[in-house]
Amino acid sequence: MYRGQSGMFSWLFHRISGLGILLFLLLHIVDITLLGFGRTVYNDALTIFSTWYVRVATLFLIAAVFYHAYNGVRIILVDFWPVLGTRYQRAMFYAVLVASVASWVPFTIFVMMPCLQAGGACSS
Amino acid sequence: MAKSATEGAERATRSSVSTRPATYGATARPHGGFELFSWYFFRISGVILIFLVIIHLTLNHVTTDVSQTVYDYVAARYQNPFWRVYDLVLETLALLHGLNGLRILIDDNVRSRGWRLAAQSTVWTIALVFWLMGTMTIITFQPGTAGITNLFGLLK
Repeated sequence: MYRGQSGMFSWLFHRISGLGILLFLLLHIVDITLLGFGRTVYNDALTIFSTWYVRVATLFLIAAVFYHAYNGVRIILVDFWPVLGTRYQRAMFYAVLVASVASWVPFTIFVMMPCLQAGGACSS
Repeated sequence: MAKSATEGAERATRSSVSTRPATYGATARPHGGFELFSWYFFRISGVILIFLVIIHLTLNHVTTDVSQTVYDYVAARYQNPFWRVYDLVLETLALLHGLNGLRILIDDNVRSRGWRLAAQSTVWTIALVFWLMGTMTIITFQPGTAGITNLFGLLK
């Protein structure tokens, strides 16, 4: 059994998160390349990363990174100790989800903090 | 390069999920050739990237807010060659890991040979162009100069 169960979702989420991270990586290489165009160009362009809406988008990126990282660890563990995959498959998937959320929450606080403080760097 | 027979068999395996080994989301280890190399590369680069990416995220979103990661911040950081090497390794491994994933995704989903060739060519052209952009920036960045644009004579 595969379709509609945790094995399918872990695989699907891994692809979607990987694709999302890759798209951001390409964008990030473009914005870093602006360094070569001097201080004004770079600083002006980078202000967009401080807006509340790009900060919220950043939260999705960080969630994708943690899920992809921990699920990658799960895949490697199953590759080398197949018994884990047959016996603890569902438990490992839930462990990945719990670890991802646990790592993501502290980051959300730091990323969104400027939007909660008066005078914080959180433009619109 | 005689593909028709193996391709048919490959498709049969792919279209019928139940014939896959029960690795639950992982891909079965290929028997050899480039795919076996790719299988190991995913896992080795993945483990390294976990550390590189989480440290990178912590530095630029926790210990320093993203609003502070301005031109002069990069200039100060890049005084130390360690961070240039760090960023180069991160950029290279992330691009290869990510675009290799896109290659697998295309192989899984694009069934026409012509479109698959077109898609794969696009992926590796993107890889080369973006890797060159990032690498030139990381290596040539000097605060107060036009950096890489000097190479093209775009700025004075």
